[in-house]
Amino acid sequence: MSADKTRIARQFIETIPHSRALGMTITEIGDGVAVIEMPYDARFIGDPESRVIHGGAVSTLIDTCSGAAVMSHPKSPAGTATINLRIDYMRGATPGQTITARATCYHITRSVAFVRATAHDDDAGLPVASAAGTFTVEGG
Amino acid sequence: MARAKPEPVQVVKQRRDAALKALAGGVPYIQYLNIGFDRRGDELTAVLPFDEKLIGNPFLPAIHGGVTAAFLEVTAMITLSWTWLWEDVESGVLDLDHLEAGQLPRLPKTIDFTADYLRTGLPRDAYARARVTRSGRRYASVHTQAWQDNRDKPFAQATAHFLMPRPEG
Repeated sequence: MSADKTRIARQFIETIPHSRALGMTITEIGDGVAVIEMPYDARFIGDPESRVIHGGAVSTLIDTCSGAAVMSHPKSPAGTATINLRIDYMRGATPGQTITARATCYHITRSVAFVRATAHDDDAGLPVASAAGTFTVEGG
Repeated sequence: MARAKPEPVQVVKQRRDAALKALAGGVPYIQYLNIGFDRRGDELTAVLPFDEKLIGNPFLPAIHGGVTAAFLEVTAMITLSWTWLWEDVESGVLDLDHLEAGQLPRLPKTIDFTADYLRTGLPRDAYARARVTRSGRRYASVHTQAWQDNRDKPFAQATAHFLMPRPEG
């Protein structure tokens, strides 16, 4: 993948208002793989008793990261939109820890991109969530 | 045997509204997205007022797919809890003073969540309703649809499975 395309994908993701609102930063992007971090924030708590982050915020992180992976794929002409996303929640993320999502666009056609993703906290060996999704291929 | 006199309507409404407020109002992320719930009897409609911070694609513009997923998941979880607690709210087993003091009943946990994106989420208010397809002792299956201008043209739908809280005591 060209450095130019990486730059465009990174810029696009970093201008998404809602991803910025959730404090997301891209740590790695290129060749159909993206890694995005979301720091712990008390505003995104889903269970006031355990202080665990809401599944919806984790979904948003995974959706953003999956879209970024599609856009960074060498065969992706431009933009993308989610068709379907399935997320399995294996455990609650530990309160106070940054959540990191890693998405891979493992196959792409003229119309559809296929993505797998996981999310983890400080314990990278024990993911908090795992996901599979399909995305549109725009501008081809 | 004489039938018990029905409760005054304002007593019934106050109790139900207090329970709903405690349920949805105690979760920071629901407050952050500013999701509210309209109640008609036991039927809930979730409302997501549009805000610039919800934008995912600034060029269209469109609501972020993650926000849509979160909206569907919140609607599913609150509707499931509401259905689950309804009998206890009605019978008075659930102590409203405790609820209002922030002592929430345990919420169900999401096991898996599958969202279908049917149309672009436009920059305007969105609504959603969930149907508890199956609610067992341990697991529940919930289907949710979200729409904007036309109820018959949903922009997203989801199926989710939840692990029910263990009964207390």
